[in-house]
Amino acid sequence: MSATAASTGTRPRFRRVRGWAGTLGLAPFTAYVGLFLALPTVLAITTGLLDVNGHLTWHNFSALADPVVLRTFWASIWLSLLTAAIGALVGALVCYALLGIASTRPVRVVVDAAASVLAQFGGVMLAFVFIATMGRNSIINQWLTGLGINIYASGMWLYDLPGLILPYIYFQIPLMVITFMPAMAGLKPQWAEANAVLGGSRWTFWRRIGLPVLAPSFFASYLLLFANSFSAFATAAALASQGSQIVPLQIRAALTSETVLGRSNLAGALAAGMIVVMVLVMTGYAAVQRRAGRWRS
Amino acid sequence: MKTSFVPGRATRWIIAVIVGAFVLIPLLATLEYTFRDRTGHSFAHWAAIADPAKASVYKPLWTGLTNSLILAAVTIVIVLVLVAPTMILVNLRFPKLRRVFEFVALLPITIPAIVLVVGLAPVYRVVGHLFGTGAWTLAFAYGILVLPFSTRAIQANIDAISLTTLTEAARSLGASWFGVIWRVLAPNLRGGLLAGSLISVAVVLGEYTLASLLARQNLQTALVIVNQSDAWVAVIFSLLALAFCFLLLLVIGRVGRVGSSRKEQA
Amino acid sequence: MTTEVRQAAAVALKGVVKDFGTTRVLHGLNLTIAPGEFVSLLGPSGCGKTTALRLIAGLEQLTDGVIELGGVDVSGTPTNKRDIGMVFQAYSLFPHLTALQNTLFGLQMRKTPAAEARQRAAEALELVGLADLGDRYPYSLSGGQQQRVALARALVTSPRVLLLDEPLSALDAQVRLQLRLQIRRIQQTLGITTVFVTHDQEEALAISDRVAVMNAGHIEQIGTPEELYLTPATPVVAAFVGMSSLVRAVIRGDQAWAWDIPLPVLGPPTTGDCEVFVRPEHVHVAGAGDPRFEAVVETSTFLGSMRRTLFRTDDDQLITMQHDVSETFTIGTRVALTIAPVPVAVRRVKTRCATVRASD
Repeated sequence: MSATAASTGTRPRFRRVRGWAGTLGLAPFTAYVGLFLALPTVLAITTGLLDVNGHLTWHNFSALADPVVLRTFWASIWLSLLTAAIGALVGALVCYALLGIASTRPVRVVVDAAASVLAQFGGVMLAFVFIATMGRNSIINQWLTGLGINIYASGMWLYDLPGLILPYIYFQIPLMVITFMPAMAGLKPQWAEANAVLGGSRWTFWRRIGLPVLAPSFFASYLLLFANSFSAFATAAALASQGSQIVPLQIRAALTSETVLGRSNLAGALAAGMIVVMVLVMTGYAAVQRRAGRWRS
Repeated sequence: MKTSFVPGRATRWIIAVIVGAFVLIPLLATLEYTFRDRTGHSFAHWAAIADPAKASVYKPLWTGLTNSLILAAVTIVIVLVLVAPTMILVNLRFPKLRRVFEFVALLPITIPAIVLVVGLAPVYRVVGHLFGTGAWTLAFAYGILVLPFSTRAIQANIDAISLTTLTEAARSLGASWFGVIWRVLAPNLRGGLLAGSLISVAVVLGEYTLASLLARQNLQTALVIVNQSDAWVAVIFSLLALAFCFLLLLVIGRVGRVGSSRKEQA
Repeated sequence: MTTEVRQAAAVALKGVVKDFGTTRVLHGLNLTIAPGEFVSLLGPSGCGKTTALRLIAGLEQLTDGVIELGGVDVSGTPTNKRDIGMVFQAYSLFPHLTALQNTLFGLQMRKTPAAEARQRAAEALELVGLADLGDRYPYSLSGGQQQRVALARALVTSPRVLLLDEPLSALDAQVRLQLRLQIRRIQQTLGITTVFVTHDQEEALAISDRVAVMNAGHIEQIGTPEELYLTPATPVVAAFVGMSSLVRAVIRGDQAWAWDIPLPVLGPPTTGDCEVFVRPEHVHVAGAGDPRFEAVVETSTFLGSMRRTLFRTDDDQLITMQHDVSETFTIGTRVALTIAPVPVAVRRVKTRCATVRASD
């Protein structure tokens, strides 16, 4: 009896202490995210607003209207649009090929692991792989030369913007497989059966049910792929050691040399420009994803 | 007379062969490249890794690899000691903050590393004063970079077990809060914590952007440096690193399966 | 009767065999369903009832045998040409289409003119009581509403057969009861031939013209609900349909004797030790002069309109009695009981029971 009395007596106080402790428990993570995510982000945007002496200026941001910068942004955007489109289509085909294979089967485990590696952790290594595969001394180039085909007749494009296309597709396809597979696996066999019972053909199923149901997820994945290649840096940095063909490389140039295009804090302005694009894309992604999720539940 | 949307065997194989070729040809061509020497093919470049005469050329690689492994270890500590407990706390005590947490955890995808590095440069000038300029300090930023991946693995596990019920059961049986976390939650979240840690290792081993622009040495920056004097060894290490990450993710696949089968039971 | 003979059967299964790999799940099924008839396939999970239904729909391929719809062999006809309607267990509505668009789907496949299609779809939704919810998407409908849309979608094309694959099993008890009445009412109004698969014997008895009790890939018995309940052909049917107490007995002559109470026997004559299935409503408190046995009250359950009381007999058997609520028994009381002389199903006794009896 006394034990009960004691516990009821202490419970409210205990709760309050725990409430404080609970809130305090969030503090370390909040501080960490504040210091290493929020603060850098804010700094990245705001440094563009300062000149060398720390005074407010629009000078750097006006660089976003500079033809060179605009051209770079445009290059980044079309590279991302293109590689995301090819990656999304091919990746979706791979998902289709894997349809109906349980995720515990060895094929799926291997494909999932390979897709994760190639989608996220290529970077510099991927650049080396493509130099070894397609460079002047590569077995493929030697073979093609033997056939009388010179893929570098118009110049060594592998280390320039066009050279980025194949490596980017190489990491876009696996990312599509990872992000689109759950949606594909969410197609219910009953829908195909109901379609057949109601008189629809296999073609009707895809045209009237399968593709419309998958469309939002496909579009969401496409946006994610776009964001992925738009923000990719390592592969481009290792392939194109000179020049600023895309925005991330331009940021590198702005960071490593004191002044680019006669502006001191251009990196900040470029970073802000990238964030604007990314926020637009990711907001679209979230909106489409919500719609896709509604159907799937 | 098929009523299923599952593709036929032929369709599967056609897609597998075409896409498989696109994925495998570069890797195989790269492998072939590492076996080349002046006259034909040999293991010369692979053997050179252990050659003392070339040790000075390869030294940055070993330094970079060591740094990357240390970074991986520190990042795991951040995931296990800072991120995972916060997730448990949020799920148990502040379920309303779950969406906020999810949003924060996914932010690093929206804010590219190349953007983050612009703001991290001044932050790391302060970090340098406090902790020195050792490569391991990069782990603070890496902990952020891996957030989207590590939290997804752990959250999947949290969703699969009924965290609240387990906690209430343990509390009703007289367990302290420490007892709840250590004796009940940690064992049940083992799969998610392991998967979250392994994927963090994979991300850290492949990271280049921050290390290169914050002027720290890791495996990837070392690869770029060594590539300028000996392209072959850079390629060999690249292949080995890719293979290692692939194995890590195979392990995650197995760990994940444990988690998902548990979910099916529930 | 004469019309039935002249008219071709709506559905006929003749020697239907189905293998999945090396496992045979249907062993030569024979079943004939008359036009307008409501037939249930009833059985425990894994008995092959769903496979049989999916074979009729053409969603599975026959291993052997023939399936006829309206007297025509459809074994080679693909599902989408069979002109059937089907309601699945759950989640079969197309998620990106509204209730009305879902209902329109089958009509569009049949190229019905748009105006006529809209009218028929609206009528179908009204028939299932969802006229107001036509523009709602499946995710915003309750489970019961979703199944009613699925029913409207299946009926709107006026198919020659309606196939129902456990359509109520995912619903709450109350919705289930309500919807099964609605299904039966609509079926009788339209006069549509219907095959209904269920594992719920109460549901099957309540809704069907005839019930086929299935077990391990074959039909144990097919008959009206009354026939199945009153004259179960096999012990499996007796055990599966309705509630019974299993009581030890001895066959002497053409009767089974349990505690010296003679009971008429169903099915083929047997001899010796056996067990009989005694319905709770056939157990009564013994009146003067009745043959009797003594038992002690174990538990008594109030069921609203009646009460069920479980007794333990002196020879340690359990038997349930169903009786009026006004009659109450205190636990532990000794009561003399009797069994009404209604024909009972008989099961050959297992050896273990026989030895127990021998040692008595």
